Amino acid sequence: MADRPAQLIACRECDLLQRDIPLNPGCTASCRRCGAVLYRNATDSINRTLAYTLAAGMLFLVANFFPIFSIEVSGDRSAITLFGAVHALWEQGVRTISAMVFITAILVPCLELFSLTALLLPLKLGFVPPSYTLFMRTLQFIEPWGMVEVFMLGVLVSLVKLTNNFRVIPGFALYSFGLLTLLIAAAAASFSARDIWNRLDEMLGQEES
Amino acid sequence: MTPVDSGMPSAVGNGLCSCHVCRLVSRRSRFSRHEHCPRCGATLHFRKPGSVQRCWALLIASYILYIPANLLVMMETGSLINYRKDTIVSGVVHLWKTGSWMIAVIVFIASVAIPLLKLFSLTFLLISVQRRSHWRPRQRTRLFRLLEAVGRWSMLDIYVVTLLAALVQLGSLAVVKAGPAAVAFGAVVVFTMFATMQFDPRLIWDPLQKEDIHD
Repeated sequence: MADRPAQLIACRECDLLQRDIPLNPGCTASCRRCGAVLYRNATDSINRTLAYTLAAGMLFLVANFFPIFSIEVSGDRSAITLFGAVHALWEQGVRTISAMVFITAILVPCLELFSLTALLLPLKLGFVPPSYTLFMRTLQFIEPWGMVEVFMLGVLVSLVKLTNNFRVIPGFALYSFGLLTLLIAAAAASFSARDIWNRLDEMLGQEES
Repeated sequence: MTPVDSGMPSAVGNGLCSCHVCRLVSRRSRFSRHEHCPRCGATLHFRKPGSVQRCWALLIASYILYIPANLLVMMETGSLINYRKDTIVSGVVHLWKTGSWMIAVIVFIASVAIPLLKLFSLTFLLISVQRRSHWRPRQRTRLFRLLEAVGRWSMLDIYVVTLLAALVQLGSLAVVKAGPAAVAFGAVVVFTMFATMQFDPRLIWDPLQKEDIHD
């Protein structure tokens, strides 16, 4: 362990070396030189993130397979689900767009929720999660591409555009998407990679000794 | 080994490297090619490899694609009464004229302001880094942070087009189709996001240190 200078942290944005000190709950440490957030002490990070993630996972299923909204024109009703929209666009031949929407609104959030569960549930139950480096890397790699909140705004803009010409009936999934957006934001706010690595270090250290 | 501002030592100046996955700070020799993080096994780099070149490549591609994204048709809307083809800008203007000015402002910010902000700011950051500028590093870092945060919101229009095109397929009554600009615009969003990820903000601070290393 001589290779690891203890308690040092390098700022991600300006590479300034600083000492990693314990924080009071809810506090944030920022870089002395550039002001970037170094780390936060998220209260009870592992338990809370796990709770939000599990709730979001259930809502995610509802949000994907129930109609977001439907329109009515002279008795004809046409409803749309997120998965249906991706499928319809693929059928219309606009495949690039369809793939982009599939990745950012379905695949990435799904992977995100799955990786979080795969990491946090074992930690909560008290054992080292299998292939934890893979999941930590996945989380970091896909993080910018999960766009549920942007999709939510897209849904609202579409609603307004449609109300000019059609009678629009909000669907079940519309509310689920609203809640899902909040839950994913809550999970992101309480998630702390630093806490997970610290916990893993503790557990691996105990196994060795 | 002492940096110019001796109270402010950088990790690289001390031969230390922060892992990009788990952030563990560990010692890394400057001359060996590949070293791995002792905790998570990720390859260690002092700086993102090829940051400036890759960022330029993606940025130039985005500039080129930005032209068709704005000139071609984003969305075709047809009904019994009227038929229109909208580019990004004419779509915003149409929204404004029909009275949905709130939505017009949101779409304008997401599809016009943010992509332009990203293109110009990244160009500025890249040039300043290549000139080894000492000018306001803190503000430039803040600009980069802003780019990272707002980039994703440009996807808004892509989602709107998808939802409308999938939903409004009522035969002769009304049809909405995604136009070719949607693909180009989507590519601009994805490429500028990749470009932002490739940019390494630590390069802004390197000219301020005496020691500098690139790998």
